[in-house]
Amino acid sequence: MSLTDQASAVSLRNLAITFGAKEGGYTAVAAIDLAVRPGEFIAIVGPTGCGKSTLLNASAGLLEPSEGDVAIFGAPLQGLNRRAGYLFQQDALMPWKTALQNVAVALEPKGVPHGQALDKARDWLRRVGLAAFVDRYPHMLSGGQRKRVALAQMLIRDPEILLMDEPFGPLDAQTRQIMGNLLLELWAADRKAVLFVTHDLEEAIALADRVVVMSAGPAARIIGEFPISLPRPRDISEIRLEPAFHHIHKEIWASLRTEVQKAYAQGEGTTP
Amino acid sequence: MKRAKLLGLQLLVAVLFLLVWHVFTAYPILAPVKQSQFFFSNPFDVLIRAGKEFATGEIWRHLGITLLETVLAFAFGALGGILFGFLFARRELLAAVFDPYIKAANALPRVVLAPIFALWFGLGIWSKVALGFTLVFFIVFFNVYQGVREVSPVVLANARMLGMNERQLLRHVYWPAALTWVFSSLHTSVGFALVGAVVGEYLGSSAGLGYKIHEAESVFDVTGVFAGMLILSIFVIIIDACVTLIERRLLVWRPGPSTSGRG
Repeated sequence: MSLTDQASAVSLRNLAITFGAKEGGYTAVAAIDLAVRPGEFIAIVGPTGCGKSTLLNASAGLLEPSEGDVAIFGAPLQGLNRRAGYLFQQDALMPWKTALQNVAVALEPKGVPHGQALDKARDWLRRVGLAAFVDRYPHMLSGGQRKRVALAQMLIRDPEILLMDEPFGPLDAQTRQIMGNLLLELWAADRKAVLFVTHDLEEAIALADRVVVMSAGPAARIIGEFPISLPRPRDISEIRLEPAFHHIHKEIWASLRTEVQKAYAQGEGTTP
Repeated sequence: MKRAKLLGLQLLVAVLFLLVWHVFTAYPILAPVKQSQFFFSNPFDVLIRAGKEFATGEIWRHLGITLLETVLAFAFGALGGILFGFLFARRELLAAVFDPYIKAANALPRVVLAPIFALWFGLGIWSKVALGFTLVFFIVFFNVYQGVREVSPVVLANARMLGMNERQLLRHVYWPAALTWVFSSLHTSVGFALVGAVVGEYLGSSAGLGYKIHEAESVFDVTGVFAGMLILSIFVIIIDACVTLIERRLLVWRPGPSTSGRG
């Protein structure tokens, strides 16, 4: 079907999500129109509690939109998004499984035989730099290593869409850059569609093809989209030093700033 | 160094206790020796009696029966607890409907059930297994119920995003989460299985450690009672050590050295 081939990987149309009762509920996001092209890396930035994660959960099928619709490669989304992988901000590994088991189990729903799944999982753990840690349980790994396992767990299934909810948020600055580079390197191999949520504008610019800026909640909207034309392959720690980077940063920050100040004025506590 | 010191202090407590016990029962300090020995026996007599029990081999049969009852009570109780814990945790309505009845049943002192069980299941091992079951069941039930309901939502959402169906979720997420809670209450539930067995035997049977103690008590054989208690204590310590070993093997993935709840 040529129509499906042309379709966006993820398309959100006139999306609104309200928590609680219709009347007097909390509207997290409203009137969202966003399309992620196949192979495109989109970063969503916005002030704390603006509903960035809500968008992601709607795209994953974990949340049902109150208004509007979600389409995946042209088909309306029903139930969970089977074509997407999700990287959570919090630790989502099964604590009772080793790194290897955690990654291998991701292939079980696909019906891959166990032995074969283990081999593949070993290979993926090697690719994320954890070859020496396959038999460790999550609590024996550092935060960065756990994220690597989670990354391998998501990628081993070869999803067509990657949804990431501030995945590197809990990590320290150096580890974040290393993880960012690892992500770009893995992504460059087969360019999936990515929806990457972050509150760190620099991270967003360094990673993405397009940065989407959201307003402060409630009823957060998209207030700007900025294509990032920095050349690839990129090195996250070096790209920050380039004049073009600063230019883009300045431009986006100008629109983001008022929203961040608005969010602060409301008190930061308004999380969705 | 620190460990040795601790062990030394622990031994000191035992020696002091035995010494006081011995001095007051071997010498006429508070009362004539005969009288104080009738009430409190004497540590050496108790030790000798316990040794004699093992030497004649008579005690092994009783230990075996108590052990069998304990194991059966634990196995059935744990199985039932896991089954119903799962069911109730996954079916809100069922849990809500049965909530007051479960609370009432759990609040009932189990000792009052012992005569009923003896009536229903006879004086053999099954009435004791039933008593142990009623104790173990609720501990495991509440732990599994809690465990299944408190599975981390993020871990669950992640597993679902990995494409797991209900059966796979059960196997990879709910089941291990529930088992964690069962294992962390292993000490308590095994202990209660033993309590059920011994109390059951004590109240009416013809074999087992509880029977031995009751038998000695009924003829005012204080030495026999204490010897039975001594053997019971050693038995409990050995079982508890086995449980610790099993627990360490099964909960290797847990952070920290044995954060198990003993409540």
